[in-house]
Amino acid sequence: MPTTAPAAHALGDVTASDSTLRRFLHGLPGVDTVGLEARAASLGTRSIKTTAKAYAIDLAISMVDLTTLEGADTPGKVRALGAKAVHPDPTDRTTPTTAAVCVYPDMVATAKEAVAGSGVKVASVATAFPAGRAALDVKLADVRDAVSAGADEVDMVIDRGAFLAGNYTKVYDEIVAVKEACGTSARLKVIFETGELSTYDNIRRASWLGMLAGADFIKTSTGKVAVNATPANTLLMLEAVRDFRAQTGVQVGVKPAGGIRTSKDAIKFLVLVNETAGEDWLDNHWFRFGASSLLNDLLMQRQKLATGRYSGPDYVTVD
Amino acid sequence: LIIMASVFEYAPAPESRSVVDIAPSYGLFIDGEFTDAADGRVFKSISPSTEEVLSEVAQAGEADVDRAVKAARKAFEKWSALPGSEHAKYLFRIARIIQERSRELAVLETLDNGKPIKETRDADLPLVAAHFFYYAGWADKLDHAGFGADPKPLGVAGQVIPWNFPLLMLAWKIAPALATGNTVVLKPAETTPLSALFFADICRQAGLPKGVVNILPGYGDTGAALVAHEDVNKVAFTGSTAVGKEIARTVAGTRKKLTLELGGKGANIVFDDAPIDQAVEGIVTGIFFNQGQVCCAGSRLLVQESIQDELLESLKRRLSTLRLGDPLDKNTDIGAINSAEQLARITALTEQGEAEGAERWSPACELPSSGYWFAPTLFTNITQAHTIARDEIFGPVLSVLTFRTPEEAVAKANNTQYGLSAGIWTEKGSRILAVANKLRAGVVWSNTFNKFDPTSPFGGYKESGFGREGGRHGLEAYLDV
Repeated sequence: MPTTAPAAHALGDVTASDSTLRRFLHGLPGVDTVGLEARAASLGTRSIKTTAKAYAIDLAISMVDLTTLEGADTPGKVRALGAKAVHPDPTDRTTPTTAAVCVYPDMVATAKEAVAGSGVKVASVATAFPAGRAALDVKLADVRDAVSAGADEVDMVIDRGAFLAGNYTKVYDEIVAVKEACGTSARLKVIFETGELSTYDNIRRASWLGMLAGADFIKTSTGKVAVNATPANTLLMLEAVRDFRAQTGVQVGVKPAGGIRTSKDAIKFLVLVNETAGEDWLDNHWFRFGASSLLNDLLMQRQKLATGRYSGPDYVTVD
Repeated sequence: LIIMASVFEYAPAPESRSVVDIAPSYGLFIDGEFTDAADGRVFKSISPSTEEVLSEVAQAGEADVDRAVKAARKAFEKWSALPGSEHAKYLFRIARIIQERSRELAVLETLDNGKPIKETRDADLPLVAAHFFYYAGWADKLDHAGFGADPKPLGVAGQVIPWNFPLLMLAWKIAPALATGNTVVLKPAETTPLSALFFADICRQAGLPKGVVNILPGYGDTGAALVAHEDVNKVAFTGSTAVGKEIARTVAGTRKKLTLELGGKGANIVFDDAPIDQAVEGIVTGIFFNQGQVCCAGSRLLVQESIQDELLESLKRRLSTLRLGDPLDKNTDIGAINSAEQLARITALTEQGEAEGAERWSPACELPSSGYWFAPTLFTNITQAHTIARDEIFGPVLSVLTFRTPEEAVAKANNTQYGLSAGIWTEKGSRILAVANKLRAGVVWSNTFNKFDPTSPFGGYKESGFGREGGRHGLEAYLDV
């Protein structure tokens, strides 16, 4: 019998058993692939210029979860990343800080130190990221490790194997358990690895499953597989958080991650947010970009807007 | 640092007008030359979004019609004798020039018609070029089109087109006519003559032989004279059912071949297992594309009663995000109504809807002070008996009706004098096939709406007309078969 997360109350007992959960998820409206992708592409043609572009670029910078998730990460690398997050553009102190830095659990303490006092959050991936193929105890130990080191946010991965096998309760229970391990100090982002879930119907079901289990954010992907965030899967998740709030009153954030590299792309995602979930989500408490190289492109575009000239990659810092 | 949440206001992003050079006046295009009307009459073409006069255009009278038909007749001899590969060469050339000049033509069409640049740029112009490319491909393969060996052209085609898709309707008429070896005299609508006149210039640029294409701007009387001209072999008309009936009467008893593409009152049927978010998009595309001034618009929403509330709530939320305004702004979703006359018709029909007790809803929406504008509008609480559920409004007005069972949906969808288009929204494939088979409409879209492709035949049942345009079927209207 799974523990019921608070958000589920408004939806009655959908998580009461395996079969009620399955019936609920399979009863969600289907997603027409062609139509969804056409809508995402059509919003991608919005032309964001001048003042709107300046607003969008600063907003996007403030929403970046500046990420390093490499086997080669060192304290030095993480400190440099932290410095970059706090002062993205050292030549212009009006540049907003990023939302967070995102690291592995063993780098959380270093990251906390690097961003101390800046308001920049530290997010840690956990739960045997990126594959999630470990026993629940191990995953929870991973989470507790990150939280006790001071992580403000935990980015967990769901068990895609269990999801694809139709074992929704297992996925649900794990998310509930991780949420519990996060306690009150860390917000939980739930990564679906949309590229592995493969269908839009699955992504919609996973979104609702995650939200029912108490996710603070739903997140597309790890950045470690072939297909990561796309305008279409992000649009779909934005519809999910919009509908979830309408039904339960609970607002959940969205984080596309992986593959968003240019300002132009980032602005397209902000248009999706604006015209799908609405302006309540146009805030880094509710929307994030999981990205590493995106930030420098945003900074170059910001410099260009300020000076009228495009300076080039040597005029932003590489960390 | 957290940025204060503020509204994400899109700054104006107007497409540049300077890409198009509109002359202060234009003549008729007869026998490869621009020429004044015999009686010297002219009329003004205005921009419906601002009421600005764009140009003064010669107005063809009976004498001009005669002159144009004679030029087309004379050109027919040599043009029809050319091998199909030569016809193809010209059509490919025209298609390429249209692509090369597409930005210019898109801006021109937006100025003259009032529709958003987003649509002329992403829908009208690509479809125009595609239509010429498609029929260029048929020109040297007519032996294999299923009409026997060496099918012959008819002769001179008299073509009358509407104002809703000026250049696209021109392409639908002219491309198959030329591909099959006919010559044409085409009358564009009086409110949107300019893109046809630019097309005349493209014909010259492509080196098309003189007299193969003739363009006669004018009003209804010009069209009537063209249709009635005794040396016209083929009449093709797209427009209102009332005028279509008049044309059918004129042509009756002559040897002229006739195709008519007329009005519609398309049903967009949404079942309870539909992909709701995409259905909402499809409803929006179905009735608000081109301000609803589309003959195949999904102007009747038939929604299964069990999901009515949920669907309407989603639809209203979506309509609140539509951006109405300057058609040249790249972010505009809803442009201007084409003319004062059309605006008056929409206004009158919607007032009648209210008078008959229907419930009216529009999103909060500020209309520009000059030009012809109408806010996107929904009507609920209506039945098949309401005028707005039966008459074609040809504007951004959606009538919402409900049904309980698939049988009822089909019965209501078919219960109209028209039969041009329909849409079916369900995730169940077998239901799509079962329902589509029972709908009496020329086009049935499933889980989409208002999708066009030159390879697909288009045309109506019942008072929506007869004959097909597009695809292999579209060749038949211009062949002596």
